Amino acid sequence: MSALDLLRPLIVAAGLLALWQAAVWLTGAPPFILPGPVAVAGVLADKAGLLAYHAAITGAEILLGLLLGTLFGGASALTLSAFRPARRWLMPVLVVSQALPVFALAPLLTLWFGYGMASKVAMATLIIYFPVTSAFYDGLRRTELGWLDLARTMGASKLSTLWRLRLPAALPAFGSGLRVAAAVAPIGAVVGEWVGSSAGLGYLMLHANARMQVSTVFAALAVLAVLSLILFFAVDRGVRRLTRWRPEA
Amino acid sequence: MSDAAPVPAPSPAPGLRIEGATLRYEAATVFDRLDMTVPAGRWTCLLGPSGVGKTSLLRLAAGLPSEGAAVAGRVLADDGRPLAGRIAYMAQRDLLAPWASALDNVLLGPRLRGEMRGPRKAALRARAMALLERVGLADRAQALPGELSGGMRQRVALARTLIEDRPVVLMDEPFSALDALTRHRLQAQAVELLAGRTVLLVTHDPLEALRVGDRIEVLTGAPARLADPALDPAGAPPRATDAAEIARLHGALLERLAGGEAPAPQALEAAE
Repeated sequence: MSALDLLRPLIVAAGLLALWQAAVWLTGAPPFILPGPVAVAGVLADKAGLLAYHAAITGAEILLGLLLGTLFGGASALTLSAFRPARRWLMPVLVVSQALPVFALAPLLTLWFGYGMASKVAMATLIIYFPVTSAFYDGLRRTELGWLDLARTMGASKLSTLWRLRLPAALPAFGSGLRVAAAVAPIGAVVGEWVGSSAGLGYLMLHANARMQVSTVFAALAVLAVLSLILFFAVDRGVRRLTRWRPEA
Repeated sequence: MSDAAPVPAPSPAPGLRIEGATLRYEAATVFDRLDMTVPAGRWTCLLGPSGVGKTSLLRLAAGLPSEGAAVAGRVLADDGRPLAGRIAYMAQRDLLAPWASALDNVLLGPRLRGEMRGPRKAALRARAMALLERVGLADRAQALPGELSGGMRQRVALARTLIEDRPVVLMDEPFSALDALTRHRLQAQAVELLAGRTVLLVTHDPLEALRVGDRIEVLTGAPARLADPALDPAGAPPRATDAAEIARLHGALLERLAGGEAPAPQALEAAE
């Protein structure tokens, strides 16, 4: 990676910020409609403690949702691929469940799990459950048939074939599911907070928006974006480590 | 690397009898009540044009399913004992697990059977290392398959077959994807390493059959039949391919292959 590769995103970001500031100056938009980056930076500094508090809550919701969604999704994919009856009975349920917009469930989740973190964790879990399950299941299903022949002639049990061949072979697919999950989990948590909450970046945004503190909304958005990026790149790195053997296309 | 002595075959290897082998797809009969004898402790090559059903017959012998086909027939060992657990299988592609080192790939069978624990683990590892040394890859034991050449990969697959220590080895065109020189070397190596075992090798290459086969069976037609009698070339494999006799037989085998009834196109597709 050359220095330019590192600098390029910074240059792009600086350029966009400059455009933004220029737009504010040129249009003369009042700060309660469109605050400039300088104003937002001021809020980021002034309200650092407040933002950090809400970011920690949203971050915890995202991480817990990611963990639970991955666990449930992974377990579901394994069950589906290991048991034919499970496939016959559960696959339609899984597909139909995706016809329901998960966002529409947010009010119900708030009703059932309350205004605290639980309903947001549930939301994030739900939103990543399907991508993880379907990607991992797909990977498990597409095991190289030659390997299964080989395992059979070697006298392998179904379980050890799953553990030694099908599971590692499905890791790249599982990784793709995880990447999608890392990208959408923050959406789940924030939507959950919008519907009803007492803390979190989504709550802070809604609260500030209602009071025309638009620069605080922007500051919260910036924090959320950074949070999501860190999460995505951390997951991406982890997935790459796990599938190092796979040549990069 | 061709100074390899045979890896001692476990107990006397049995011969095989395939009886009444039948394989039908909806559109075509690949073979029907086919009988075949594979003599004990020797290399038998099953030669035939692409799509004639060689692989299907080998899979039947290995107890592997053929998707979407009606299969019948039995495979017996001529020592009267059951064949289960006495057959090793080697496919055209090396089928190495890309995430595992060469050494771990050799140990796939023991791992799959849960043998890699306790005191046996060290012994199996040592055996795998010894086998890698036999195929000339001791210094690449930790390499991932992606870092190895096609020939090296197939040698790892050969070591993986050998660690199974089965008296009967069924091979489906294991050298066909290799370049000519690598194939030539690996054929000789395989003949030496597998000496004493009952080997059934499927190939579409008459020259390969002449190089490694104690006996050559030719499968042609639709439904496919074995040419009678089978060809037993003189001399011990691996035979040099520049001998006049081999060249003559090569020509004769090509004629025999070309003379077989051409199978219908659907049958070709179905048997692949």
